[in-house]
Amino acid sequence: MSKAARTPRSRPVFLNLARITLPVGALTSIGHRLSGVLLATGVPALLYLLQRSLGGEAGFVEATALLSQPLVRIFLVALAWALAHHMLAGIRHMLTDMDVGSALGNARRSAWGVNLAALAIAVLAAGAVL
Amino acid sequence: MKRGPTGLPAWLVQRASAVYLLLFLVFVLASFALVPVHSQAEWLQWLARPGMRLALAVFFAALLAHMWVGLRDVLLDYAQPVRIRPYLLIGLAAGLCGLAVWAGFILLRMPA
Repeated sequence: MSKAARTPRSRPVFLNLARITLPVGALTSIGHRLSGVLLATGVPALLYLLQRSLGGEAGFVEATALLSQPLVRIFLVALAWALAHHMLAGIRHMLTDMDVGSALGNARRSAWGVNLAALAIAVLAAGAVL
Repeated sequence: MKRGPTGLPAWLVQRASAVYLLLFLVFVLASFALVPVHSQAEWLQWLARPGMRLALAVFFAALLAHMWVGLRDVLLDYAQPVRIRPYLLIGLAAGLCGLAVWAGFILLRMPA
């Protein structure tokens, strides 16, 4: 191994974030992860709402009132995007597992489809909730 | 040190749970879209359908198993330094077990 290969400083370092462009499938993949973590934060909230909604008429009214608070509404729109993206990217992933649409051209088209459809669903959710 | 499914079993758990979650969520969303729930009476009636308690129990089991594999992957990929990783994984497992107990408690007290 030459000295240049062993010295990290000689590697081409290129960390200008503004100039790094990701392939569309990478955005789908990162979005799948981000949306999964976001959805996980919604699970305790879901359990809390379910518990409140079962505890007497007042609890149900309180749970629905909680859902109409401004910050909670924004969280709901974020969760709608996350759920849409996670489900669509998950379906795409499982189809790829079965070798459906894993050729590069199809994979890129479906990645665009997932990213845009999830955003469209988020816009619809924002229209319904905000 | 193996905690919960790893490798091929994890892959299978992730996909089997994904399929159930997908089907159940489509059913729930379609159901609320077709017949909106406006009062607690309607909500309790919705929950009291035959098989709903079982379907919800399987839903929470699938959800927590899915969360374990996914969040574990996130920790294995990003948690640094590596020596804190076991503690984070134990914390995650404990948190998910807590959610499982909570969900079980809610389902047991759910009026039939």
